Parts: sequence; structure tokens; C-alpha cells
Amino acid sequence: MKQYFRNTWEAVWTVLIGMKITFRHLFAPSVTIQYPEVKVDLPDRARNRLYVNIEDCIGCDQCVRACPVSCITLETVKGTPAEDLGKTSGGKKKALWITRFDIDIAKCCYCSLCVYPCPTECIRMTDVYEFTEYERENLVYQFATLTEKESEIKKQNAAKAEAEKAAQKLVAAKAKATAPAAPKTDSEN
Amino acid sequence: MAFKTEEMILNMGPQHPSTHGVLRLEVELDGELIISVKPHIGYLHRCFEKHCEAMTYPQVIPYTDRMDYLASMYNNFGYVVTMERFLNIQVPERVEYIRVIMGELQRIASHLVALGTYGVDIGAFTPFLYCFRDREKILSLFEMTCGARLLYNYMWIGGLSHDLHPDFIPACKEFLRYFKPNITELNNLLSFNKIFIERTANVGILPAETAINYGVTGPNLRGSGVKYDLRRNDQYSVYDRFDFEIPVGTGANGTLGDCWDRYYVRVREMEESIKIIEQALEQLPEGDINTAIPKRIKPPAGSIYGRVENPKGELGYFIMSDGSTSPYRLKVRGPSFVNMTVFSELCKGHLVADVIAILGSIDIVLGEIDR
Amino acid sequence: MYNLLNNILGNEYLATIIAVALPLFIFILPYALYAVYGERKVSAFMQDRIGPNRAGYQGLLQSVADILKLIQKEDIIPNEADKKLFNLAPVLVFAGSYAAFAAIPFSGAYIGADIDLGLFYILAISSVVVAGILMGGWASNNKYSLLGAMRSAAQIISYEIPTALVVLTMVMVTGSLNLKTISELQTAYFWNWNILGGAFSGIEKFLLIPFMIVAFVIIYISTLAEVNRVPFDIPEAESELVSGFHTEYSGMKFAMFFLSEYANMFAVSAIVAALFFGGYQSPFGYLGNTIGISWFVPVEQLFWFTIKGLFFVFVQMWLRWTLPRLRVDQLMTVCWKYMIPYAFANLIIVGLITLI
Repeated sequence: MKQYFRNTWEAVWTVLIGMKITFRHLFAPSVTIQYPEVKVDLPDRARNRLYVNIEDCIGCDQCVRACPVSCITLETVKGTPAEDLGKTSGGKKKALWITRFDIDIAKCCYCSLCVYPCPTECIRMTDVYEFTEYERENLVYQFATLTEKESEIKKQNAAKAEAEKAAQKLVAAKAKATAPAAPKTDSEN
Repeated sequence: MAFKTEEMILNMGPQHPSTHGVLRLEVELDGELIISVKPHIGYLHRCFEKHCEAMTYPQVIPYTDRMDYLASMYNNFGYVVTMERFLNIQVPERVEYIRVIMGELQRIASHLVALGTYGVDIGAFTPFLYCFRDREKILSLFEMTCGARLLYNYMWIGGLSHDLHPDFIPACKEFLRYFKPNITELNNLLSFNKIFIERTANVGILPAETAINYGVTGPNLRGSGVKYDLRRNDQYSVYDRFDFEIPVGTGANGTLGDCWDRYYVRVREMEESIKIIEQALEQLPEGDINTAIPKRIKPPAGSIYGRVENPKGELGYFIMSDGSTSPYRLKVRGPSFVNMTVFSELCKGHLVADVIAILGSIDIVLGEIDR
Repeated sequence: MYNLLNNILGNEYLATIIAVALPLFIFILPYALYAVYGERKVSAFMQDRIGPNRAGYQGLLQSVADILKLIQKEDIIPNEADKKLFNLAPVLVFAGSYAAFAAIPFSGAYIGADIDLGLFYILAISSVVVAGILMGGWASNNKYSLLGAMRSAAQIISYEIPTALVVLTMVMVTGSLNLKTISELQTAYFWNWNILGGAFSGIEKFLLIPFMIVAFVIIYISTLAEVNRVPFDIPEAESELVSGFHTEYSGMKFAMFFLSEYANMFAVSAIVAALFFGGYQSPFGYLGNTIGISWFVPVEQLFWFTIKGLFFVFVQMWLRWTLPRLRVDQLMTVCWKYMIPYAFANLIIVGLITLI
């Protein structure tokens, strides 16, 4: 019997306490941020869209190997000894032409594992998070600056240099093969 | 002439406002009384374990984030603790303390989601928003540290990805000071409300024997009165240096092991986590966090099983290596998966409205069940 | 007002229809639209949010946007549904809710139908809503809707008993079933209101006060259950049954269910205000009387009536966003084991006091 009245009293009292809390919140200022007129300031370590400074890229393939979802595609062409590809901003001499550097940002999982292995720190994560597109193909970001024709020329140059080098090697090998034959007959005498 | 009645099968389908994720429950009803419940899982299976066999050991970490997406830091924690035991790496003190701070902050965030969504299942819509407002502050702390709000890739094998931001410690202290009175407010609004107690007390009673037999761990086990917590019972990281209690259910409102006990254990765990973070911030040593990160991770052939106390229970990693840079087999013992096995047992004899109350009190995340 | 219209139009029936129905639609329909907006804003402020603020200044045109949207929607009727009942259900619910306003006095000069059986008529016509809900649940051919409809029917029928008992109590105290008479008896000063003992003099007025407060609490909670609001909103429990008995309705039919719920809320608030808080009477006397403009008094009364009704509607919304939901059997326990014994005990004690 006592439990009966206790139940009634507890019900009424806890309801009134709850009502007091919500009433206080009625006059508290709201915590909503009116996006898109007001935007939150992102902290400096924010990890959002990737950016590659292609001038500094030496084509070492480290970021491709570090990515867990394989969203980076990198194709390079060797430069001939005669060409001067320039230096990175850190002073390193570049030796490879970057013909293709694609990042499929739709596949990227924003883990930033590609940022750490880069020796020239040319790939980094920015704080841009509003990059929606209407077409899915536009989400494949192409960072290489060589045009189709230029890439073709570079590839042909590289192939030519390879061929020359191979021919030279062949000549040197042949010379090496014939030369020792002479001293051998000498010693035999 | 007797009436012939047949049982009705109610399908609470994959899309339902109350099943926490994509879970399908096949409920067999006799009027309003439940005869059996069959959960159907697998709607979120993403082949995580098979996928890891193609990744190197550091590349697995972003994948572990995505299992229990509400407690990513702890998923990372479990993996790196296991790997460091495997490779016999001793990490610097500062790294250990920072990991504890992040882990406990993550525990608070995960419990806030559990409590808020439990309130919504029972019908109280307001505590949900208060919990999420507080959780936003924790997520900003994490964003300040490592740049991401939900999936961090923060704890690496042998260290961390970033050191603490210079503004982190004052911001964290400010958060703890702001958050303590909010727990009291939550208690007044929801935990001690008579209607909430009526809905959750004496519902879904889990006896301690049954819990141990089914392998239930975490707040569910502690709600039944068993004082078992891996932070005390099985040593990992530097938890032995902190002074905190393990809250257990006491059957204060109703029977021991009912939904209210499990819910209240989570509220008390949040209070204990605040204590741990305060002590860790005091004792935080200086140092360099990068000294122990190995250049190339190639463990010897063999296998190891390591476990940590996730906010939801015992998270275990079984890693088998054949000497190469990728794991040969990586198996995860997800706490929510094992906790779900006891669900059908808990629901017998209750009404349909209680299914939702019991499911919310077990606190599952489908990402962890299905991986 | 009826006389005036009769003189102008000369036709009895037309005058009746216009006198009874028109002011209701002018007053209640915009109220229902803005009650939806008000609920969203009140809930937002209680939850530290802002609520609708994009459609129009501070979101005031949100309701208009919602109604325009609902009018344009396709009217979907499930294949296996019982078409006649499916179409009839919203009509019954709507009619039941709005017909209750005929016997509620909006001010001293206007009451829809001045019948001596006012309260009895209101209780009776609100029960038509139960039939509408049952029809809606059954005709939807959906397990969830059926469950929701049956629960709702059980709930409304059970909670009519404490309501009727409290109404009996008030009839014993005031001696009339007509809401207009009850309002007039509680004169225009708040110490004469029924919640503070009624317009009596002597010891019985002070003896009555605690029992009047208990009666007020009981009727407020019971009418909360009649309009399916939290903590008694099992029929529309979103997280369990996905909207209960109006799951299958779309477009204007859904709008009718919705609007009739808000109209019902105002109706029961008005009844509670009329029974206990003086109805349309002002608590401090009338400006019109003190200044001398006698035609201003009904306007003031309308104003006070609206304020009181809106205040109780606000308290209903406040309760919705604070409390969790009761389970079905607990709902029944509260009604039969707690409300009815308290209401009976109250009735007997008040009856004894009025004999003094």
C-alpha cells in the first residue's frame, strides 16, 4: 500500500524535475551554426581534399605503395641525359617525367598515409571539403601537366635513348668478346 | 469449439528507425508476447578480414577504424597493442599516456551515442540532442589532434601519427569542466525518471551465469554484477597507474541485470573515464613520440591474440603471420557480435515494445558485427 | 449571433450553419497550421536548436509550404486495402475533433451551440474519433497499423472514464453541464476560479482547493491520453511501429489526421481551461468595463480564452519533449489502478464537501 503512494509521488516529482530542465533549456542559446552562411573554422591539421604540387614530384612511387585503397595512379617516363628536368624546391634534381598522376578522390579514404612517405612533401591534405561534382568522372583529379603530345614525344625520346644505350652495350659486349681471344693465343705461344 | 490461433511473424526489417544500423529481426509473436527472435545480420559485411590479407601491417589501421565506427580510437588501440606485443616494441611513456587519454575520450563519446539513442528508442527525444551536443565537443578535440572527426588512423604501430596540439590540454580540461554537470542533468532528465525506470527495470534480465556462458563482455556483463574489466584484469598500456573504479550493476531499481542496470553502468563509466583523463593529463610526461616507430614491419612467423576493453566489450585481434609484410590471417573478435548472441534469450516472454528496449540496452554497432 | 444572421438572411438553416461552423474554421484551421509550426519551434528551443527559419521570416511560412506540399502529393491507396473504410477514416477523425468545438464558449457573446448538455455532447462526439482510428488501422491492411489502431482504441476508451469522473465532480460543484454557465459562474477575478475553490464564500471554498487541484491534474493527464500525446503516444510510436495507424496515408488524408490531432489538443485545453480556470474570463476584471466601452469586453474575453488555450497546448508540447513513452500495459495500469481510484475518491470527498 505504501508502495502505491510512493509510486505516485515519485512519478509526479521526477516528471516535474524533467520539466524544469527542459524549461531552462528553452531560454538557453542554440548551438546551431547556420551553414552555409556561417562556416566552421577548421583546425590546421584538418584532413580533407588531397593536393599535389606537381613541380616537386620526383615520381618515386612511395605514395602509391602507401595508399590502402589504391586510389593513386602514377606513370613516369625516364628523361634522356641530354634533357634538364629542373630541380624541386628542396634542391633535388628530377630525373623522371610525370606523364600521368591521377588521384581518384572518390576512392580516397582520407587516412593521410600517402603524406608521410613523400620525400619532397609535395602531396598533402588541404582543408577543402566542399568539392561535390555532378559527374563521377570529374572526381578523378589529374595533376600531371604534360599534354598528350608532349608525353608521346617524351616517350619516344626515352625509347630512342634506350635503344641507343642497348646498341652501345651490344657493341661493347662484342668488343669484349673478340678482344680477350687475341691475348689468349699470345700466351699459348 | 476452440479457436485456432497461429503465431504472427513480424519482420522488423533492415530499414527501421530503431534497429541500430541494418539489422533484420524476425520476431515470432503470440498476440503481443514474444516466442522467439531471430536476428539476421550480414547487411554491412565488407570483407574486412580478407581485405587485410592484401595490405601491409600499417595499411590495416584505416580499415580497423571502420569496424566500430563510433569508437575508432579503440579499434586502433587494440590493433597496435597486439602488434607491439608481437614485435616486442616498447613505446615511449608519452605515447602510452596520450593513447589512454584518447581512448577514454572515445569511450565517453561512444557511451553518449549509446545513451542518446537509447532515450530515442524509449521515446524521450531531448536527451539525444544534449548527448550529441556534448559529443561534438569531443569530436572537435579529436579534429584538433589528428585532423579527422570520426575515422582517425591515429594510433600507429610503435607510436602515433601526430603529437598533441599545443592547445589540446587546455581545451581538454575545459571540456571536462563543462561536461561534468551535464551527466547530472542527464541523470535527472532520463535515468531517474519514473517512466524510464518503469520501461527498463525488470526487463531483459541477464543472470550472471548466462552472461558468462554466452561470452558477453563489457557493460552488459558488468550490469549483471560481474566485476570483470580488461583494464584491470588483463594488463595493457598504463592503466595500472590510474585510480578508478569499475562500476557494476546493483539492481537498485528492479532486478540485478536488467536494462536499467546496463544503462546506468554506462553512465557511471563515463564518470570514471573523466577521472582517468584528469589523472592522465596530470601525469603526462614530455618526450618524442616517433622514436619507436619501426621502418619496416615484418613480424616473425607465428600468431598472437591480443585484447582490449572496447566501450562495447572485449575487442580481440588474432593475427597470424608467415614472415612477410602482410598478415596471413587477421581475425577480429567483435564484442557486439558475441553480445548479440544472448539477445534471443533475453527477449523470451516479453512484449513487442520491450524488444526495442532490450536491443538498445545491449548497444550494438552493425559495423562491428558484420565487419 | 444566430439572431443577427437570421434577421439578415431570413433562412434558419443557413444562419445556423454560418453561425456554428464558420467562426470555427476561421479560428481553428489557422491555429492548427501554426500549432505545427509552434511545436517545431518549441521543440527546437528546448533541444538547443533553432527549428525552421528559412521559409519566410523566422520560418513563419513553413506551415504554408507544408500544406502546399501535402496537397500536391499523390493519393496512394494500398492494393488490398478496403477502399470505402480507408477513405472514410480521416473524415470521421476530422469531424469528431472539430465538432467538439460547437459547445465551447469562445467569449461571452459567442458559443457555437448553446445547449444545456454541453459537456455530455463533447464527451460523446470525441468518441467518434475512436471509430475513425479503428477504421484507419483496419483498412490499411498492414500489421503495424492494425496493432497501432487497436492500442489507440483501448487507450482512448479507458481514459474516458477518469475524464467523465472529473467532469461529474465539476458538475457537482457548479451545478451545470453547460460550459458557458460554468464560465460565467467563475467571475472575472481569479480568486473565484474553480481551481481556487470556485465562487463560494465560507469554509467550503478553502476545503475544496486541494481536491480541485487533484481533479485538474487527473483530467489533464486523461485528456493527454485521449489526444494520443506523449507519454501516451503508443499509437503513433515512431520508433516502434513507424507511425502506427496512419502509416499508409499520404497527402491530404495524412494532413487531416495531423490537423485533427492539433485541433483536439486545443479542444481539450479549452475544456480544461473552462472547467478550472475561468474559460474566457479575465483574471483581473475587464478594461472595457473600467473605461466604459462595453463592446470591447467580448473581444477581451476572446483574447483571454485564446491565451489560456494556447498556454495549456504549450504545456502539452513541453511534456512531449521531456518524457519517454509508456508501454501499453503500463498505460492501462496507470488508468485503471491509479487514475480511476483517485478520481473516485476525489468525487466522493468533493460531494461530501458540497453538502456542507
